[in-house]
Amino acid sequence: MIYLDNAATSWPKPESVYVAMDRFMREVGASPGRSGHRLAVAAGRIVLETRERLAELFGVADPLRIVFTLNVTEALNLVIRGLLHDGDHVITSSMEHNSVMRPLRALEPAVEVSVVPCSTEGVLDPDAVAAAIRPNTKLVILNHASNVVGTLLPVAEVGAIARRRGIVFAVDAAQTAGAYPIDVEAINVDLLGFTGHKSLFGPQGTGGLFIRDGIELEPLKRGGTGSRSEFEVQPDFLPDCYESGTPNTVGLAGLGAGVAFVLKEGVADIRAHELALTRQLIDSLHSIDGVRVYGTGDAQRQVAVVSFTIDGVSPSDVAEWLDEDYEIMCRVGLHCAPRAHRTIGTFPQGTIRLSPGYFTTEADIARCVVAVAAIAARGRAAARFEAAAAGED
Amino acid sequence: MTDRYAAVLFPSVSATLRAEKLLKQAGLAVKVVPVPRQLSSDCGVCLRIEAKMAATVAQALDAAGLKCDGIHPI
Repeated sequence: MIYLDNAATSWPKPESVYVAMDRFMREVGASPGRSGHRLAVAAGRIVLETRERLAELFGVADPLRIVFTLNVTEALNLVIRGLLHDGDHVITSSMEHNSVMRPLRALEPAVEVSVVPCSTEGVLDPDAVAAAIRPNTKLVILNHASNVVGTLLPVAEVGAIARRRGIVFAVDAAQTAGAYPIDVEAINVDLLGFTGHKSLFGPQGTGGLFIRDGIELEPLKRGGTGSRSEFEVQPDFLPDCYESGTPNTVGLAGLGAGVAFVLKEGVADIRAHELALTRQLIDSLHSIDGVRVYGTGDAQRQVAVVSFTIDGVSPSDVAEWLDEDYEIMCRVGLHCAPRAHRTIGTFPQGTIRLSPGYFTTEADIARCVVAVAAIAARGRAAARFEAAAAGED
Repeated sequence: MTDRYAAVLFPSVSATLRAEKLLKQAGLAVKVVPVPRQLSSDCGVCLRIEAKMAATVAQALDAAGLKCDGIHPI
């Protein structure tokens, strides 16, 4: 089996992640922050440890400014619904995932949304963002890298522009956290949404949001927080304000182990490995007759997410043959990012997306390329057959 | 009962555990204990310290940028 769907979720996880989750369930188990007994405190320490490791990874000074959510979609909903009011203007890009587009569209028309077009390679010009700013612009929200073609967006430049203009800047780091360096100070980001189960190697059901001090967001949920319990009002301090109810503690135990793994391996080494695989994949796919690769074609300008199509073969056939005949797993379709596909010119048919990860090898990529070449050849043969059959009529 | 100990209260369990870590790193003796009922109805914990260390702990918290909700003799 060759798993090339890490952009959806990373698999496998480091062994330490499985161990941490099993250990939590067997030896700790308690709900953090809800009782004073030793197991509850132990659970609380695990959650704090995870927060601290994420703070180290992202260059966040106060780990309590990182709040946990179910996934990055929840974090982005918290940003969009928590920050914006009627009459506000938001700027985003034409490469965003539906976790940004759907909440934004739902706020229209009371909230004005500007979608800054990117090139067909998914490249965003920061000056185009600056040009879109209006007096009532409240937020600029961008994905750090596209989940369709992997193209990195110029978050540092846009962050600087937003900071100068006093506009809140939010980044969706779903495809970059753990796989590409992120420093919240260097990119001037106010709100950084991340998922736990992709390049941070945690389980599904984890994610979170860094909220810069001074940014006020209305919480999505209110409830018990184990603090200020004498009041029926949600606490206004972090992380409690945004963490009501029992967290996914076993998940956070796993995420903590995943982030520890990333810190130990080093984001630079992880990036170097994935960059090499991406380069190998792009270059090899380019050399196959009938294969079209999307994005900039330059591995340096993207993360390990590669979309391609094969002339004359439907993407769903490609994905099915890859899975059934070659045990290669990928994702086909619109990848929950219809706007990105419109931008790169693959709407509505979509693309086949291959996303190597840290545990993917060069041999995996080589075999995948052989499979794609075979499928492309099969497609050409089928087309010739059809043409021949049509000629006989 | 002598006031040998004092309880350092924080707004949340997360803040309490963060303070525990930082104060221990600073070499101070603190222990996470259930918060005494007479001090708070929270479902949580506080840091127990020797009462005579109150001023030192307050200073260390300040240096670490951590806010506490008061230090009370117990």
